[in-house]
Amino acid sequence: MASEVRQASADDLTPGGERRRDFLYVATAAFAGAGVVPVAWSLVNQMNPSADVLALASVDLDLSAVQEGQAIKASWRGKPIFARHLTAAEIADAKKVDVATLRDPQKLEDRTKPGSEQWLITLGVCTHLGCVPLGAAEGESRGDFGGYFCPCHGSHYDTAARIRKGPAPKNLEVPPYTFKSPTSVTIG
Amino acid sequence: MSFPWAKQYQPTSAVGKWMDERLPLPRFIFGALGPGYPTPKNLNAFYNFGVLAGVALVIQIITGVVLAMHFAADTRVAFDSVEHIMRDVNGGWMIRYMHAVGASFFFGVVYIHIFRGLYYGSYKPPREMIWMLGLVIFLLMMATAFMGYVLVWGQMSFWGAQVITGLFSAFPVVGTHIQTLLLGGYSPDNATLNRFFSLHYLLPFVIFGVIVLHVWALHIPGSNNPTGLDVKTEADTVPFHPYYTAKDFVGLGIYLIVFSAFVFFMPNSLGEPDNYIPANPLSTPAHIVPEWYFWPFYAILRAFTTDFLGVPAKLWGVLAMFASILLLFLLPWLDQSPVRSNNYRPVSRILFWVFVAVGLLLGVCGGKPAEEPWVRLSQILTAYYFAHFLIILPIVSKLEKTKPLPGSISEAVLAKYGKGGAAPVAQPAE
Amino acid sequence: MIRLGALAVGLLFVINVLWGAIAPREDAAPDMAKQLHKHPKHVEWTHNGPGNLGIFGTFDRGQLQRGFQVYKEVCSACHSINRVAFRNLADLGFSEAQIKAIAAEYEVAAIDANGEPTTRKATPADKFPLVYANEAAARAAQNGANPPDLSLMTKARPDGTNYVYSLLTGYSDDVPKGWTKPDTSYYNPYFHSINIAMPPPLSADGQVTYSDGTPATVDQYAKDVAVFLTWTAEPKLENRKETGVAAILFLIIMTGLGYLSYRKVWADIKKPA
Repeated sequence: MASEVRQASADDLTPGGERRRDFLYVATAAFAGAGVVPVAWSLVNQMNPSADVLALASVDLDLSAVQEGQAIKASWRGKPIFARHLTAAEIADAKKVDVATLRDPQKLEDRTKPGSEQWLITLGVCTHLGCVPLGAAEGESRGDFGGYFCPCHGSHYDTAARIRKGPAPKNLEVPPYTFKSPTSVTIG
Repeated sequence: MSFPWAKQYQPTSAVGKWMDERLPLPRFIFGALGPGYPTPKNLNAFYNFGVLAGVALVIQIITGVVLAMHFAADTRVAFDSVEHIMRDVNGGWMIRYMHAVGASFFFGVVYIHIFRGLYYGSYKPPREMIWMLGLVIFLLMMATAFMGYVLVWGQMSFWGAQVITGLFSAFPVVGTHIQTLLLGGYSPDNATLNRFFSLHYLLPFVIFGVIVLHVWALHIPGSNNPTGLDVKTEADTVPFHPYYTAKDFVGLGIYLIVFSAFVFFMPNSLGEPDNYIPANPLSTPAHIVPEWYFWPFYAILRAFTTDFLGVPAKLWGVLAMFASILLLFLLPWLDQSPVRSNNYRPVSRILFWVFVAVGLLLGVCGGKPAEEPWVRLSQILTAYYFAHFLIILPIVSKLEKTKPLPGSISEAVLAKYGKGGAAPVAQPAE
Repeated sequence: MIRLGALAVGLLFVINVLWGAIAPREDAAPDMAKQLHKHPKHVEWTHNGPGNLGIFGTFDRGQLQRGFQVYKEVCSACHSINRVAFRNLADLGFSEAQIKAIAAEYEVAAIDANGEPTTRKATPADKFPLVYANEAAARAAQNGANPPDLSLMTKARPDGTNYVYSLLTGYSDDVPKGWTKPDTSYYNPYFHSINIAMPPPLSADGQVTYSDGTPATVDQYAKDVAVFLTWTAEPKLENRKETGVAAILFLIIMTGLGYLSYRKVWADIKKPA
């Protein structure tokens, strides 16, 4: 303990006249503070999707049994997916709308894959507050525009699943997907 | 705080003044852990462990809250959910190892804190209430740690729950009913797991509350110190901040280095391999032991092997185990010496180190299977444990001739370091 | 009063426990299993780093893949690794296509369009399936024995990696005199109860064909599969050590700065006259 004596007092002043100890304390506190960042991040990052959840991020869908005019539901990342086999009339309906008049202007072609225009694949999640719209199952209301209808707050979607009436701000979202064959897709 | 020279909080900004008039939290912290708390200037490294225990609790609470986000308290999936944390949750392995190793470290720190109090007589008047609140914290910690260990639902979890609740079955008439009540059934099952999870989440916050009382009670007489003398003048003290905050920061750094060494390089060295086997109600592991921090008490439990005065050995063991902790509540009245610190009590000091050795050896015995020579050794050690507190200490403390005490803390410091006229000035070096 | 009561209680406990200490002991029958039991052999593993200290060191990817091959061709007939997902095999250095191909070799439970239980090909997201649907099925098929899941085996036994290696290479026909061994069991002093129901799984050099030129010996198989099972039990081992080295380096610097600050703060108090 006898060695714990102050070495030299002249060192205590920097050329700027500041006491050198200030710098040491600031450096210590700053260094310790920098260490808090990765710790805090790991405490936050644990809430992100875990590896097993991420591994389920893609799902294969077989469309071969879906007749014209029908739709099927599937689950992707825990959310419903609607895959609708559009009829020629529905495609014509969707194409004749003036895109400029839409709340969320998108053409049917923007929402389907070239050559597979009859397959309309969207999330079954209303863009208003996240309810599942009606219209995918047989006999459900399809709303004023022949697509989907969300009963929670009355949003109507047309045959291209675009918002036409009601509070929802956007069209039903199209998930990323690719056709593996004319009747099977991988979503995600 | 009653020291007249304690610094008073002066808000330096308009915001600080506004706050001080409405919610004087900064003033409270200033007086509790800041420059407004005069602390004996001769505290040694063993006095770091109080703050470290607080840090250890905070680490347990933070990591525990995070683990609870992923844990599933259902016997069918509890073990799987722990493995899910270890394998799939982002950084989950680190958080779980910190929590598991952290429990051991919490106990290690608290044991050093308790033994420091024993050596320097910190339980003696006027600090009895601090001591007793500390023991309450210790009991709550034991309950919390035990229930947390069960949550994993491995083999040791299950059989630990079975054996520890089985302790209560030793009591005549009501014993088995108490065990059934604690388990919520006839063996550890879903009901047990769920209630243990609920209480394991609750009790740390109760501990936190009792720590507030413990620290509050500490601030009435102020900290004890290695001489055991009362603070007499300002020269005996330094403001807590920056002197002890700086020292505690170094202590914390060293603690975290050792802690990290265990978490990252030997995370399973303090645990039992059997707990990586999912619970199996039909097969008991060959050698059931609790976690190391319970070993001394486990040894006392198993030391009673003969029926005595018509009371079965099993009940004696349970009574002795509870008594071994509860008798510590009486310590302030069992030790009659007017001198606190063992530095000035030559006989008590020897007894203290004998007791440390006995405690450590009891720990060794508790971790061994119930075979000779460990059973006989633990019986002799258990006899000393009780004799130490209940027979030897009351007598020795009465008869012992103590060494002359220094006039003041400052005088003792000067005598020790052989320096003349240390400045009593204690200005915060800012 | 307190002290008198304490004295009485103290004497009660002390006399009681000492009475137990002097009570005569029945001679415990010598436990032969305990005498025959051997501690695991000591092996230097790459994942334990220099000096086997466990501070540095990484898995040898080639060894992990060989260990997986041994597991797949030998152990997996009876033992599952149900906590490992096929996607985890990326840690072993397998490509995504290889993992898909490996997963497709396994069937996992599914429900068909009519709601009937069926099976489908596993995908990378699936875990390795159980070998037996439940314990009863395992015991029925295995002569009463229940082959444990191996996912956590190296953490569920003391000195686990060495244990697995020692157990696999520790079979002996040399049953000591006086030791009784049922005909359905095998003698293995590294097993806790000596008699093990598992027949020696690695019996001959060349049993598994390695493609990377590593000697195809029983000893090598046992080492490789022990390392593989170390990975299945602790897949984050390398990540853990890297984080640890960084954390401790940081803390040493932080503590060093803190110590300098502490010296400065206390300079007024500890300065000489």
